[in-house]
Amino acid sequence: MSVGFIMLVHQSLERAAQVSGHWAGHGCPVAIHVDKRVRREEFEALKAKLADFGNVRFSDRFACEWGRFSIVEATLAVSERLLADFPEVGHIYVASGSCLPLRPVEDLRRYLEARSETDFIESVTTDDVHWTVGGLDRERFTLRFPFSWKRQRYLFDKHVELQRRIGFSRAIPDGLEPHLGSQWWCLTRATLSAILEDPRRPDHDGYFRRVWIPDESYFQTLARRHSKRIESRSLTLSKFDYQGKPHIFYDDHLPLLRRSDGFVARKIWPQAEGLYSAFLKADNAARPEVEPMPQKIDRIFTKAVELRTRGRPGLYMQSRFPNHDHENGKSCAAYSVFQGFGDVFEDFQTWLQKRTGSRIHGHLFDKGRVRFAGDETIFNGALSDSAKLRDYSPRDFLTNLIWNTQGERQCFFFGPDDGQGIAAFLASDQNAHISVIAGAWAVPLFHSGMEFPRVRKIAARRQRIEAQFLDLLRQPHTRARVRVWSLADFVEDPGEILQSVMDEMMPVMQRRLTEVPKLVDMTGFGQFLQDLKNEGMRPYLVGDFPADGRNEMAPPDRKAPSLGVVK
Amino acid sequence: METLEDLWIAYRMRWKRRRLLFRALRKRGQLAAVADRTGSIRPGDILAFAMLRNEALRLPHFLAHYRALGVAHFLIVDNSSTDGTAEMLRGAPDVSLWQSAHSYRLSRFGVDWLTWLLIKHGHGHWCLTVDADEILVYPHWQERPLPDLTRWLEAQRQPSFGALLLDMYPRGRLSAAPYCPGADPFETLCWFDGDNFTVQRKRIMQDHWIQGGVRARRFFAQDPARAPTMNKVPLVRWDRRFVYANSTHSMLPRRLNHVFNDDGATRTTGVLLHSKFLHTIVEKSREEKARKEHFANSSLYDDYYDALIDDPVLWSETSTRYAGWQQLEEAGLMSRGMWT
Repeated sequence: MSVGFIMLVHQSLERAAQVSGHWAGHGCPVAIHVDKRVRREEFEALKAKLADFGNVRFSDRFACEWGRFSIVEATLAVSERLLADFPEVGHIYVASGSCLPLRPVEDLRRYLEARSETDFIESVTTDDVHWTVGGLDRERFTLRFPFSWKRQRYLFDKHVELQRRIGFSRAIPDGLEPHLGSQWWCLTRATLSAILEDPRRPDHDGYFRRVWIPDESYFQTLARRHSKRIESRSLTLSKFDYQGKPHIFYDDHLPLLRRSDGFVARKIWPQAEGLYSAFLKADNAARPEVEPMPQKIDRIFTKAVELRTRGRPGLYMQSRFPNHDHENGKSCAAYSVFQGFGDVFEDFQTWLQKRTGSRIHGHLFDKGRVRFAGDETIFNGALSDSAKLRDYSPRDFLTNLIWNTQGERQCFFFGPDDGQGIAAFLASDQNAHISVIAGAWAVPLFHSGMEFPRVRKIAARRQRIEAQFLDLLRQPHTRARVRVWSLADFVEDPGEILQSVMDEMMPVMQRRLTEVPKLVDMTGFGQFLQDLKNEGMRPYLVGDFPADGRNEMAPPDRKAPSLGVVK
Repeated sequence: METLEDLWIAYRMRWKRRRLLFRALRKRGQLAAVADRTGSIRPGDILAFAMLRNEALRLPHFLAHYRALGVAHFLIVDNSSTDGTAEMLRGAPDVSLWQSAHSYRLSRFGVDWLTWLLIKHGHGHWCLTVDADEILVYPHWQERPLPDLTRWLEAQRQPSFGALLLDMYPRGRLSAAPYCPGADPFETLCWFDGDNFTVQRKRIMQDHWIQGGVRARRFFAQDPARAPTMNKVPLVRWDRRFVYANSTHSMLPRRLNHVFNDDGATRTTGVLLHSKFLHTIVEKSREEKARKEHFANSSLYDDYYDALIDDPVLWSETSTRYAGWQQLEEAGLMSRGMWT
């Protein structure tokens, strides 16, 4: 017994000739259907090329339209021809003109000989199908489709909608349970003959004539009636992209195709000379015992499709510039924003750097220039420290920074003296982890020694800006992770608060802080606030800070303040 | 109200397109054919259009690169070259050459001339419009020449292909790395600014205005709005009614500028490697500053030319070294889209 091929050809006839010649030359009969729309000269040329092979046949020609019964008609005609002319054929393998054998014919022959009663045809009930594009699965069998999907899409869609609305439904003939699957099957002679010679074939053909995309259901359904043993899978490696179009293989897919161990692959790019010459070589080693493993490369494709359809979070580029809310992540990784921490701790930046190993920038949005970590003038990805370049598009600046430092958490300081153009973006980005000590801006003012009227003016301005920022963070659509303490609350228990901030930043490290940064001297700060109030300003963001100052709670000279931190 | 305004913009753009077409028609007399071999163009050929001036240095590599990519015919306008550019091109069997001694600036930097050639010869072809210092790369370009790409684009019903212009520069001073004709310019110009680009959506042209790269960083830090535009639409399935509106950055009709997706997915795009900063740039800047032909408002760019005449080092510690298209895709500067 041997295997015979059916080849359905409608384009790139040169390649079709090359592949069918390969099969015929290795002793496999081939029956070819050439689409009626192919020009006569091309058809004759193909015939001439294959004239030397005694085991090649051509069937009657039909004009095949995608999704229509004509493809099934052609397949039936060419099957009859093959079965009639080559009684030694045991399995019939359907291929297209853009298929390419990946393994020697001998492999396939021995593989099928060892499974002489098995039909390899993907055949799945409509309830279990997940690949149909456009949502038509069961309805392929119960609606009517008088309009062409390719040429009359509007009418097609409207007509489907209308039938749904009025509840139209065709009856499925008795004894048929609709199944769907790949049209690239390999059936035994017994099963295919049974389908062709079925006494009810006129009924079946009449019914399927009005089913949509019958080439994916005719044989798949009828094989269920006649087969002794179905292996529901296709021996042909065939991938589809997210639009349901067949994936095309190019020269650079050579290693991938080799790894699949599939017998045949489609669809091959006609100009992929490298693939054709590599796989049609005479001396490809036979390994008949190896199972085809298309799933080995499935994962690669699934991942690629996801990447292409959903995009990479936080990437803004010419090829991908998502609309609002289609970003799939506004930035590509989590980062921390600290407001006020630099004002209440001495050298918080150095401490945090040592503690976390993250990249700790200064005030990235400083109005004078960008304060990169280490006071760099140019940062990763050649980001400039120019405030003007940054302020030209603060969002691009920040998303670029996060994109360019993937794998390393970024932290930066923010405050009311910085440019606020980025504030709305920060609030809307779920990757932003924002910790704010409200009113902490008053501490450096307290230490500044400036004359009081000026201090009062600056305090008022900072409070106004910070209040706006906090308002933004409290909006219902805010997606950033936000935590806000008033300065008064913070100095009550700075160690515990710092601990919670660190826990959030580094959830893996569950260690308690053994050393906290030094708080700045707050002696007399309560009086300072009272003075502001006496001048008519109300520093309400600071919280309830007693006028007596409670200066004993933050002794400036203690290394690890009495914060109950060391446990 | 917004839709009314949009309609008004669409109407204006329609007339702008016609005006530009008419302009090209009027300027066609400024072109004198030196070698017209357009008779050998066959249907389906991929054509390259370029406007050159004194590019004898870059031409050998330029032609070799695009020939290897499958460009079947080059249609080139020579704007008064004095370095033998015309002589190099005149004899090549796959080049048609025109000359024009008229003003580069007044012909919209050569676009009017190219528009005429595109109308006349480009209709129905995939047309690549590039400068001599622009080398197109895209996903799998070594294995899949342009005919593969254009067939894929056709199957996607995508009539235009976008690319990001990427300024490449050497490690040391610009003049320190001499370049020999024919060599790959990106062996020495192998550094670029990895990711300091800004993207804005333009309502009127419906394109994405991308700025950034080393020129923005070094020469336009004080005035970023003036930094060069880096988005391009170099490859288009041409129709005689199409027109480039602003160099090859944007087109009319505006749908051709939709080289991006806005639903989060990525489209297939490429990168134009820019070999502007060969060692000759220092000398050339001196000349261009005097010639005042490159910008509509040339005197505003004096600082830019002065900076280049000083022969600067553009390289920085954070520059990225070019390592092929896979790297550019990984960095997000181009994408294979669904063309896997």
